[in-house]
Amino acid sequence: MTPDLSQAHQHEHDHQAVPSDPALRVKALESLLVEKGLVDRAALDALVDAYEHKIGPRNGARVVARAWSDPAYKQRLLSDADAAIAEMGYGGFQGEHMVVVENSAKVHNLVVCTLCSCYPWPVLGLPPVWYKSAPYRSRAVIDPRGVLREFGLELPEDVEVRVWDSTAELRYLVLPERPAGTEGMSQEALAELVTRDAMVGVAKVSVSKAGSAA
Amino acid sequence: MNGVHDMGGMHGMGPIIEEKNEPVFHNEWERRIFAMTRAMGAWRKWNVDAVRHSNELIPPAEYLRMSYYERWMAGLVELIVQSGLTTRAEIESGVPVAGSVKAVPALTADKAAAFVAKGLAASRNVNVAARFQVG
Repeated sequence: MTPDLSQAHQHEHDHQAVPSDPALRVKALESLLVEKGLVDRAALDALVDAYEHKIGPRNGARVVARAWSDPAYKQRLLSDADAAIAEMGYGGFQGEHMVVVENSAKVHNLVVCTLCSCYPWPVLGLPPVWYKSAPYRSRAVIDPRGVLREFGLELPEDVEVRVWDSTAELRYLVLPERPAGTEGMSQEALAELVTRDAMVGVAKVSVSKAGSAA
Repeated sequence: MNGVHDMGGMHGMGPIIEEKNEPVFHNEWERRIFAMTRAMGAWRKWNVDAVRHSNELIPPAEYLRMSYYERWMAGLVELIVQSGLTTRAEIESGVPVAGSVKAVPALTADKAAAFVAKGLAASRNVNVAARFQVG
């Protein structure tokens, strides 16, 4: 489907080089697609609702809290993330294949998608703007400690940083370290502590962050 | 493709800007282009690789100027034109050409949840021996 890239580029120049108000262009596109029977407005509303209200980082937080509380579940999660996440009822779009990487006192994992924005949607929802931005995508792989510092996370030199570059086929979720002082907490209470940023690897989970989960 | 989208390791892109309490979408048009792109996928005219390719066709200067969902819009337009679902003229005029046949059935609201839950895996089970040796 790539007959001639130079021609394709020329083609793009002809039709996309003139910026116009995206709101108007999207509206025109929607009415065209509706009129042609290619999309159904109610289905569009349902898709928006799913990602605004149902699919988000609370799902991932529940997975993490269960892994902290249930060693057998944690083993399943680390060896076959898709199946273990499906046990919790999550899966589907942009999370067809997922891998969970575990943080420890000596290893810190950081997830990026240098090529665009790949992200495990079923457990984290849609990615924030910074994750999709050029500064994060370019720098996470060349200066991960610098990036973490920008997020306010200074790691000791003896902690190994592992950076995972996501692809369309495979998306990563960080299993953060369980913070001290949470012994005996319920899975529900633990899930409240787990933030989106901790599951991308730009933050740690801390007890004081309760309630400010992104 | 070795294009501007392949940003890993580039310098000079500036500081990372975090938005506190960021909403899922910032504008109504972002909601609509997001949903249209997902819903149009249900026609199975393209796969995830074709979607990536449509984004990578955006000229580098345009790519850097555009916001994320502007790139989605550019990509979707490219895919629906290339697959023959609409013509370029229809995109520009915003109305179907005279005599165009109405497509059925579009993805409906009652099927949207199942569609999201099922996903579209990029992996293929192909029974082909690798031409390289592992190691």
